[in-house]
Order: sequence, then C-alpha cells, then structure tokens
Amino acid sequence: MTAWDFLLWVAFPYAATGVFVVGHLLRYRYDQFGWTSRSSQTYENRLLRWGSPMFHYGILMVIGGHIVGLFIPKEWLEFFGVTEHMYHLGATWLGSFAAALTVTGLAILIYRRRLTKRVLLVTTVMDKVMYVFLAGTIAFGTTATVLYQIFGGGYDYRGSISPWIRSLYSLQPDPALMSDVPFFFQLHVLTATTLFLLWPFTRLVHVFSAPLGYLVRPYVVYRSRDNPRGAGSRAPRRGWEKSERPVQRARR
Amino acid sequence: MRVMAQMSMIMNLDKCIGCHTCSVTCKQVWTNRTGVEYAWFNNVETRPGIGYPREYENQEKWKGGWVRNKRGRLQLKAGGRLKKLSQIFNNPNLPQIDDYYEPWTYDYDMLTTAPAGTQSPVARPKSLLTGQNMDIKWSGNWDDNLGGSQETAALDPILATMSEHVKMEFEETFMFYLPRICEHCLNPACVAACPSGAMYKREEDGIVLVDEDGCRGWRMCVSACPYKKVYFNHKTGKAEKCTLCYPLIEQGKPTICSETCVGRLRYLGLMLYDADAVLAAASIENDQDLLDAQRACFLDPFDPAVIAAAKAEGMADDWIEAAQNSPIYKLISEYEIALPLHPEYRTMPMVWYIPPLSPVVDVVSNSGSDGEDARTLFAAIDKLRIPVEYLAGLFSAGDVVPVELSLRKLAAMRAYMRDINLGNEPDERIPNAVGMTGETITAMYRLLAIAKYEDRYVIPKAHVETARELEELGCSLDTDGGPGMGGPGAAGHSGPFGNTVGMPLGATVDNYNEMTGRSGTNSSSATAPTTPGRINLLNWNGGGVPEGMFPPVADAGSPA
Repeated sequence: MTAWDFLLWVAFPYAATGVFVVGHLLRYRYDQFGWTSRSSQTYENRLLRWGSPMFHYGILMVIGGHIVGLFIPKEWLEFFGVTEHMYHLGATWLGSFAAALTVTGLAILIYRRRLTKRVLLVTTVMDKVMYVFLAGTIAFGTTATVLYQIFGGGYDYRGSISPWIRSLYSLQPDPALMSDVPFFFQLHVLTATTLFLLWPFTRLVHVFSAPLGYLVRPYVVYRSRDNPRGAGSRAPRRGWEKSERPVQRARR
Repeated sequence: MRVMAQMSMIMNLDKCIGCHTCSVTCKQVWTNRTGVEYAWFNNVETRPGIGYPREYENQEKWKGGWVRNKRGRLQLKAGGRLKKLSQIFNNPNLPQIDDYYEPWTYDYDMLTTAPAGTQSPVARPKSLLTGQNMDIKWSGNWDDNLGGSQETAALDPILATMSEHVKMEFEETFMFYLPRICEHCLNPACVAACPSGAMYKREEDGIVLVDEDGCRGWRMCVSACPYKKVYFNHKTGKAEKCTLCYPLIEQGKPTICSETCVGRLRYLGLMLYDADAVLAAASIENDQDLLDAQRACFLDPFDPAVIAAAKAEGMADDWIEAAQNSPIYKLISEYEIALPLHPEYRTMPMVWYIPPLSPVVDVVSNSGSDGEDARTLFAAIDKLRIPVEYLAGLFSAGDVVPVELSLRKLAAMRAYMRDINLGNEPDERIPNAVGMTGETITAMYRLLAIAKYEDRYVIPKAHVETARELEELGCSLDTDGGPGMGGPGAAGHSGPFGNTVGMPLGATVDNYNEMTGRSGTNSSSATAPTTPGRINLLNWNGGGVPEGMFPPVADAGSPA
C-alpha cells in the first residue's frame, strides 16, 4: 500500500464526504433561494421532452442498482438465494438497460445544452464543471461495465469495491481492497467521488428536494401571516435578532 | 362553518378603455427584472381574442384547473398526485416562453453611437434571451384592438363554443377589454399542484403567494393555473405571481393596478366565505351551477351568526366592519351584477367582473335608436345573441341567464339615472323590471358611476399586533433576482421608502409605516431640530415645510 493508495482511497473519499455533508447543510441553511432545479424547459422542450425523462428515470435505476451492489453484502443476498451468477446476470442486463437510458438521455441533454443558444447562455461555469464530472462518471462506469462485464470475463466488484466502501463507512478503511481493481472502475470511483465533492455547490442539490411529501399533504395549503414561514419571513440573520426576554426566545 | 376573509377584486368592464396603465405600473413595480421580462402579472386583453399566453383558455391543450372525476370528486385536470410526480422531469403541459413571447429590447445605442453615414441609424430589436437580432412576431398584446384578429381570433376558445358564427369583419364585430390579474382563488389549482408545498393561501386575507425560499422550480403551478397567472422566472428558476400587492393591502391601500387605473373601474374589498363549503361547491356536477354554488359559499357579514362565528375564529371587529362595507359584497351578493371569470375551471376565482353593456349599447346607438332607453336596451339584450353568448362563455360557463340579468340591471341603471339627470320624473317601473328599487339602483349608480375612492377601496389594515412585530429583518424577496431585489434599503441602496439606515427591512405593513414616519414632515421626530435654531434637512423628504426652517411669521397687523 503506497501513500497514493491512502490518498486516493481513504483521504479523498473522506474529504468528499465531509464537504458533501457540511456543504449541503450550509447551503440549505443559507441559500434556500438558490435551491432549485433551475429548469430550462420554457426555453426549449422538443429535445428536453425526451432527454430529461430518459436521463432521470435511467439515473434513478442506476442509483438503485448501486445501492444494491455496493451496500448490501454479497452474503446477505446469497442468504436469500441470489447466487453470484444470478446477480451478475441481473446486474449486467438491468444495468445495461439503465445505462443505455441514462447515456442516451444525457447525450440528448448535453447536445441540447450546447446547441440551443437560449439554453447555452444560461449555463453557468459550475454547470459546465458539473457536466464534465457527471458525464465522466457515467462514461467510465459504462465503459467498465462493457469492457469487464459484457466482453470480459466479469469482474466481481462485490469482492473488492463494495467491501472497500463499507470499510470506509464503518470507519475501518482498507485501501488495499482498491489497489487491484481494474483501471476503469478506479477512474469511475474517482470521478464519482469528485462529483460528490462538487455536489452541494451545483444545481444537483435539487435531488434532495424530491417532493415525496406531495403524495400525502392536503391539496390546498394555508399559512398565516404570523407564521414564521409566511411571506417574506426569513428568520433574522445572526446578530440581528430583536432583543427579547429569554422566555419568549425559548418559546419560539 | 369556518368563516374566512378573502380580499377580492371586481372590475367594471364597461369603464375599461384598454389603456394598459395597470399593466405598465404593475410591471414597473413587480416584473422589471431579468427572468420575468415576459411576465405580466396584470395584462389587458382585447376580446374576442386569444389572450396571453396564446390560447390560455383552451384547457384541452393546457390541462389547467380542476375536473370532476367519475366518482364525483375533484381532481386536477392534468392528473392525480402520482401522475404529476411522474411528470416532474418534464411537465408536458408547460407553456413555452414563445407561447407568451420572446422578450426583447432595442439596440438604442446605435441611435447615438452610429458613425455618420447616408442612412439614418435604426435601433434593431434584440432578443433578451439570445442577444441576437430578432423578428418580432408575437407579444403579450399582439391582437390589441382586434389587430390581426382575422387571422388569430379563430383560436379564441370561447368563439369555438358559440352556436352562431361570429364574423370578424371590422364593421360587424364587437369588442371589449378584459384586464386580468391572479384570481386568488378559493380553491387554487396552482397551490394544489405545487409538489413542494411552497405555494399557499394566506389565512388572514386569502391572498395566494409563492414562498420563494420553498419553491424548487418544479413548474407544476404554472401549468395547473387555468388562467396562466403563475410565471416561471427563467433566471432564478422560481415561480412568481401576482401578490395582490400585499405590502400595500396590509396597510389598507389599494393595489398598484387599482390605484393607477384611470378608468377607476377596480373595486377592492373583503368577502366572508365558509371555507368548509368550498370543496363541495367546487365539486358540483353541472358546470353552469358553479356560479350559484360559489355565491352560496359567501356569508352575509350582517348575519349575527356569521359575525359570532367570525369572532370565534379571531377575526377583528374592524375586519368584520370592512366586510360589511365591502363594495365586493354589494356587487356580488346585493346587486348580483358581478360574475366570476370562467367558473367552469372549478378554482372558485375571486376576481370578478361586471360584464360590459357597451357592445349592446353600441349596436343600439349605431342603428339610430336611443341607447339609453330601457325598453330598447332590454329588447337588444334579448336579441343580440352574439355578445351575450360570448360574455356567458367567459363569465358563467355558457349560461346566458346570469349575464342577461346583469346586463339588464346595467341597462336599467342607465335609463333610470338619465331621467333623474335630465330632471324628469324618475320611472320606478324601470328598476322594478329588474327586481330593484329606485333607491338601490341609485346606490348602485353611486358605486359604479361616481365611484368614490373610499367606496371603491374598503381595505382593512392587517393586524400587526397579532403578527410578530417588526421582527422581519430581511426579506426572502430581496435576494438578487428576487421580486424585492433592491427593495427597501437593500444593501445600503435607496429603496422606494427612501434611504434607510441599518439592516434591510422586509416589505411589510409595519416597516412601511415606520419608514414613512421616519422621512415625513408630519412626524415631529423626523425633522425636528435637535439643536434649537437648526433643522435636520437630511431627514426631510421634500414634502411640506419642516418646522423651524423659516422664522415664525409675524402676526398680521403688527409692524414688520
């Protein structure tokens, strides 16, 4: 294990996780107004109509697959009778379908963003950086799958990458697990880690406001003027609170 | 019974001259920012016409508002909750910016900086989206005064529902203006469609607002509003809409569009309604019964039971009094001449309209008959199917009876008041023919024709003693690009309330009064000299003469 291994497979992931968590907390606390998907649908819809749902549904499937593959230990699945062969077939075929959807969708979205003048002009520098790492992550992941899983003999990442991730989050990091992982998987992991590092500073924050509460809340929402969440009632900035008795402060 | 108060507006269409002053002042106040250049919280449409955005009334195309489903329950026309969420990545019903219009400016610089040449320099239109030269092909008001209507009016969804063919030949057509703002509905489809729960109806006055901090830009409100009065700010990625100028309303002042209306055709006041009855009323089976169902939701502010229930809900006495004096209550419930815009959308809109009699009067006058004679007008209302059917398509889901009733009352008022103005004996049969008395019709005339400021606007102030007093330091609208950007004292700049010291203040009733108090001459503390013989001109707003600026005038008669 070299210092590089330690840097790439221990220090960097921990740093990215820290920035990811703290960045989101700070942004949520201080930049509610900037917390939006910043849709460009009103500018152009012919391409977006296809690209956006393809990408989003594809990436949701991809995320689901990653959760199963990375966070559920092999032994657990085998306990339920999912053998290595069954898992490999499922992951490869479902994964390829999801990847095809995601890659096509993303290709349409990037094409649209670059070639529709209206959309290009509202694209920020951060958007572009984000696109590079998002597209890179997806491209390397797809390449790895095609090279090693479909045309190669099939690489059992559940024996190396998955335990490595779990070792990070059980606070017993084992970088040695990543040393012999095929190159494109390594690249995929590194770009993904960078993407997580950038995440809180991009429009990707909208992922965390997926409005699932909509399914259960009443249709018409009422709020009072008195409500601290009412019109224009952002909480006072720190240091500018009105002086008041401690009792009142406690009540609010 | 759950008594709630709704700040509502009524517009008297007979008096609208289509001058667009309301639109312009509204734009100056609320939407003069990048991202909402194309948005007009208030716009004035020529009818027949296709409106703004184009064909917004065609709900088969845009799927706005509510529908009653097979089980008799109310459902958003675009689909249920799961369907809405599944369409979150691409809202299939969202209007494109070109359905409003591509915003543009002119290359004014060229007029002064172009080098000398043989041709006069011109300022070419430049797109505000791409910065490139553009051909202007459409805008928010392209068919103003029926301009080009021969080509576009066929797309007017109301004309499509009418039994008789409406000719768009200039000599044979009719037209009137329809100013539109957000309807601040009792059953708002935009609020119901917002996945984030960032849109809400205010409990106190029923104003429908967007919480700019909570909005995540899912765009469902834009398509769910059948009136297309929620706009997507394409710079900030947030929804914005008419606020009924709540910072003004809270201090008892009319909205900008009302205040600046040169025709003085807008009325503002409270309506009390039973919030528990709204859903059942909006779910009624027959579209044409919706008008009466909505009227039945309104409560009589003079009824002791209603007053007791309102007080039990914590409504202040001055609000109940304002509801009793409300011009809205008079026009909707007493005189029954105001009608809602498109009740068939089932949102229970709360900006109502007095339908215009002028298309009828014009025809009568042009034919050489007496346009102020009651019998002639009554006969014309019965006979002139086209304007009446068109108005019914707008205001009563196609039912001509309420429109006729309203127009007959307006006609009766014209005829009855003419006799009085000419010094003739007033004919009591005229008001009786429309179920009114000479007394009520005179009162209606005062409200509609004399239209005193204090009669048009009966707006109770918001109760700040119940609100968290002056705690609102900083306003979520003040963000860069937000509606309140550069608002009162933003980052040390001067705002509409004058230069301020200290932290930016939110645009609320308490702050406004505080600020005007600080800069006015009538406040003793503002310009009163701190040192005898001096005057603090820094706090003088230029109005009036501050005390102490000049030596006291000598008493008359005494030698100078």
